[in-house]
Amino acid sequence: MKVSLEWLRELVEVRQDAAALAATLTNGGIEVGSVDDLNAGLTQVVIGVIQEQGKHPNAEKLWVCRVGTGEKSFSVVTGARNLREGDKVPLALPGAQLPNGLTIQASKLKGVLSEGMLCSAEELLLETTLGERRSAGGILILPQAAPVGEKLAAYLGLDRYVLDLELYPNRPDCLAMVNVAREVSSLTGEKTHLPKWADTTQLPQLPLSGDIRVMIDEPDLCRRYAGLLVDEVKIAPSPDWMRRRLSAAGVRPINNIVDITNYVMLELGQPLHAFDRETIEGAVHVRRARAGEKLVTLDKADRSLDPDMLLIADERKALGLAGVMGGLESEVTEKTRKLLVESAHFEAVSIRRTGRRLGLRSEAANRFEKGVNPYGCLAALGRVSELLLRLGAGRPLGLVDEVGRLPAPRQIVFTARRTAEVLGFDVSARDLRLVLDRLGFSFEPEGEEFRVQIPSYRPDLEIEEDLIEEAARLLGYSRIPATQPRGGQTQGRRTEEQEFRRRLRHVLAGAGMDEVTTYSFVRAEADAAWGSAKDAVALLNPLREEQGVMRTTLIPGLLEVAQRNVSRHNLDVSVFEIGNVYLAEQPDRPLRRLPRESLRVAGLAAGKSKRHWLTAPYAHDFFYLKGILEEMAREFRLTFAFRPARDEPLLHPGRSADIYLGETKVGVLGEIHPAAAKEWVPDRGVVFELEVDPLFRQAGIWLKARSVPRYPGVQRDLAVVVPRGVPAAEVRERILELGGELLQQAEIFDVYTGQPIPEDHRSLAFSLHYLSPERTLIDEEVNALNARIIEGIQQDFGAEWRKE
Amino acid sequence: MVLLQEEVRRLEAETLALLANTDSPEEIRNLKVKVLGKKGTLTALLRRMGSLPPAERPLMGQIVNEARNKLEQAWNERERMLEEQLLKERLEGERIDVTLPGLRFPKGHLHPLSQVIEEIEDIFLGMGFEIAEGPEIETDYYNFEALNLPKEHPAREMQDSFYISEEILLRTQTSPVQIRTMERQRPRLPVKIIAPGKVYRRDDDATHSPMFHQVEGLFVDRGIRMSDLLGVLLNFSRQMFGAEREIRLRPSFFPFTEPSAEVDVSCMLCGGTGCRVCKGTGWLEILGSGMVHPKVLAMGGYDPREVTGFAFGMGAERVAMLKYGIEDMRLMFDNDLRFLRQF
Ligand SMILES: [Zn+2]
Repeated sequence: MKVSLEWLRELVEVRQDAAALAATLTNGGIEVGSVDDLNAGLTQVVIGVIQEQGKHPNAEKLWVCRVGTGEKSFSVVTGARNLREGDKVPLALPGAQLPNGLTIQASKLKGVLSEGMLCSAEELLLETTLGERRSAGGILILPQAAPVGEKLAAYLGLDRYVLDLELYPNRPDCLAMVNVAREVSSLTGEKTHLPKWADTTQLPQLPLSGDIRVMIDEPDLCRRYAGLLVDEVKIAPSPDWMRRRLSAAGVRPINNIVDITNYVMLELGQPLHAFDRETIEGAVHVRRARAGEKLVTLDKADRSLDPDMLLIADERKALGLAGVMGGLESEVTEKTRKLLVESAHFEAVSIRRTGRRLGLRSEAANRFEKGVNPYGCLAALGRVSELLLRLGAGRPLGLVDEVGRLPAPRQIVFTARRTAEVLGFDVSARDLRLVLDRLGFSFEPEGEEFRVQIPSYRPDLEIEEDLIEEAARLLGYSRIPATQPRGGQTQGRRTEEQEFRRRLRHVLAGAGMDEVTTYSFVRAEADAAWGSAKDAVALLNPLREEQGVMRTTLIPGLLEVAQRNVSRHNLDVSVFEIGNVYLAEQPDRPLRRLPRESLRVAGLAAGKSKRHWLTAPYAHDFFYLKGILEEMAREFRLTFAFRPARDEPLLHPGRSADIYLGETKVGVLGEIHPAAAKEWVPDRGVVFELEVDPLFRQAGIWLKARSVPRYPGVQRDLAVVVPRGVPAAEVRERILELGGELLQQAEIFDVYTGQPIPEDHRSLAFSLHYLSPERTLIDEEVNALNARIIEGIQQDFGAEWRKE
Repeated sequence: MVLLQEEVRRLEAETLALLANTDSPEEIRNLKVKVLGKKGTLTALLRRMGSLPPAERPLMGQIVNEARNKLEQAWNERERMLEEQLLKERLEGERIDVTLPGLRFPKGHLHPLSQVIEEIEDIFLGMGFEIAEGPEIETDYYNFEALNLPKEHPAREMQDSFYISEEILLRTQTSPVQIRTMERQRPRLPVKIIAPGKVYRRDDDATHSPMFHQVEGLFVDRGIRMSDLLGVLLNFSRQMFGAEREIRLRPSFFPFTEPSAEVDVSCMLCGGTGCRVCKGTGWLEILGSGMVHPKVLAMGGYDPREVTGFAFGMGAERVAMLKYGIEDMRLMFDNDLRFLRQF
């Protein structure tokens, strides 16, 4: 809502300047988004004098003027005919941005250079009455006393501020100037001077008219339909003061009739519409549109209607979309002699649906959607008839008025006790009285309580808490002190699961991975390639195609991060993300129940570690990520088993593993398939993805400590040669089995192929640690165990003892 | 006897002179054997003592012992000197360039949002709040209706939503967790939670992201006042943004709170005197809050005549941007490693 300060001053005493008033409103809960100075458009507009005027050499209807500004003179092309040499005029110089949005540049017009523009009053949003009589319909001609070269705004001494209110949906009342005035009065304590037509309980003195009949066929959608019949209509431009106020409010002036309806809407908040009476055939109906019914609206668009839309129609045709936009056929034109001015109350729901379905927005629809005072219809028509007479625009004949069910006036019990309890500071009955007086609400004190009459223009006030907020606003939120809640102490603590997740994050970062946060919605194809297409949940209205479905895997998001970084030459990548995937787990589309949200942890690595003068860099490869996962497993006392992956077409078949916790597959780790890597740069990237929930369930949060062994252990190295295809983990497991209870550890410390190892074989070197909790081991016993292991491995895998 | 005495003196002087010229522990050892060993020169002199008359023997023994002590002392001294010198040479030779970088144990970096959310959590855990969670894909009921936003309510337009179906959408706020928590917990009091999580709105520019993170707060109990809201948030702001911070409440509107308030914190960059970040006002808007609307309490299963509560919601991105001086929200989801590795 754009509020012109000049207009506001007519309705309420304003002692503050625009900026201070804006602050008062904002701090009072009516946020002022911006304060616009319409004079800002006049900064490059100076007073010039016409020194010479001549015909344009190449254009019949143009003139070329030499305009002086004291020190300089400019050549300016104009189409205006009302100028004489010696006239003082507003000259917009190159660079000027006029209030109507036009930017002035020096340019050639039909071959003649124009170094600026002479302006009309309208182009400057000024009144033509400011100038000489000859200004009408042409360039604004200033009084002869105007000082040449001075800025126009300084000369006029104009104060033309517009406050742009950003209203919350609970305050549609402030879409009316009179209610903004009331609000200003409430917040500043200044007096309003509202005219009598601002009071909706005082009805206009107009006779009822029998000239036209109105039938409300949909009483649920139309609570009241009132109309003012007018004849002797004389279409003309409306006066400057009205045009200026409309323009400041962002409404384009059209003619006196349309302008009056818009003006009263801005003033009182009641949307109005003027029909050409003579286009209406028979009674007026407020009814639903018929399927397929057509209407050409005022914007000349051919609209196809449906029964969800409410129409104003006569007995033959649709006249307009109720509360949204009128029809072209019944529009007020130059020839209009008689009017029906509609002032009705339509239900918000129907208006919103109609507007949305047709993609139509209008000032009227905006107000109906947000809420219009259901008691305001007749008062608005009273104001219209007053303005018609004042402007000589027509003769009001009488009213039609069909009333449906109007909501009952509301009363709320308001108490100082409850107010103090909610706000947390002492509030007295005197305070409440002050608040109610400032609001201008009538009330009856009943003992400790106030029985408050809620005016019909404040439908947002429904319960006592709403009035408590009014009290807080008017007494000032700054009166609320800071206190500590009085209840008992409570213990705040993460649940074990929350703590697990937090630690998981820290463990991975501690291992050298950077955490990323990617969008939960991804491109459908990417998700389908890596995730579970049948479980994907699509958005009905994504912002863009590449954010079309909720992810069923974290990997495409990480790949995108890697791609972006590699393209920016951040080549060495090691990133992880912990986040939800969203799994429909139901065949129905649209979904019948919420999808399952499952937390995953995924990582991606590419490139290598940083170069260092002491150590060689290591590749960010399969074993790098596997090492981090093993480190993570140790941290949470989990045991992962890695088995060659099955069914992972986008991973390298020889370099990928399914990750098991016991017999349950919980994730996958692998190098991106070289064929797939073409599409999913980076080449040689490695990824993993794991379900978090099973990790949490298995994780040993509680540590059981073991005591230090009392007897020394024995360390032995042992190398075995096995066929290459035998997985190292299998050999190790067999060794542990063969070593029995005394063998505590078997760690692989070397893998060797080449001479003298036979082809298709490799040597695996283990470091074995024997220990007995009961005694010191003797060499013979350990040697026997070592021999048993070698023999067993030879038997099982066809391996042989590798002699040094 | 005099002759023997002379010999001992001479041997002592000769040995000391030799010792002064030794420059390795080995030479010292050799010299020691040569003089003091079983076949050593001093030992030989001692043996010759038998040829003296018994009366002279004690005096002679004393002389030989004195010489022996003197020599041993000199040996020890020389040995120590040599060791010191050798150590000095070794230390000199082992000198390293201490300005070279140390071995690297690369640590990764937590995303700034994770860090900020964890910090917010820790502050509220310290005040006795628990952490609650709820689904990111929500029903219309929990996201809107139960929060006093019935269908067709104009306030629904404040948030442009991503829809999955007519009744299912991506939550536009963490507020549905308020309802879910109350439903789960009723009738136990207090309900005292924060709920961090992802939320989604159809906006995308320098200050809006279609996905962002909110931290919701809810405290329902007997006798909760708006002043308690101020107290709790003041405590939070000072822990998060510095002990000198002040906060203020401004009237606002949220369908699920009444009265509602916007909370501003005094600018941590200029200390409240006004700067570019606070647009000269000295205040920064950090969160929305209010007293839980009686209808919302009732929807959650609590009697609004018996309990009151406050609720608040803040954007974690906003907090992170203020805390770290990040100017473009899109950096948070761009995941450029040069950006992330600062944190
Ligand atoms: Zn500042």
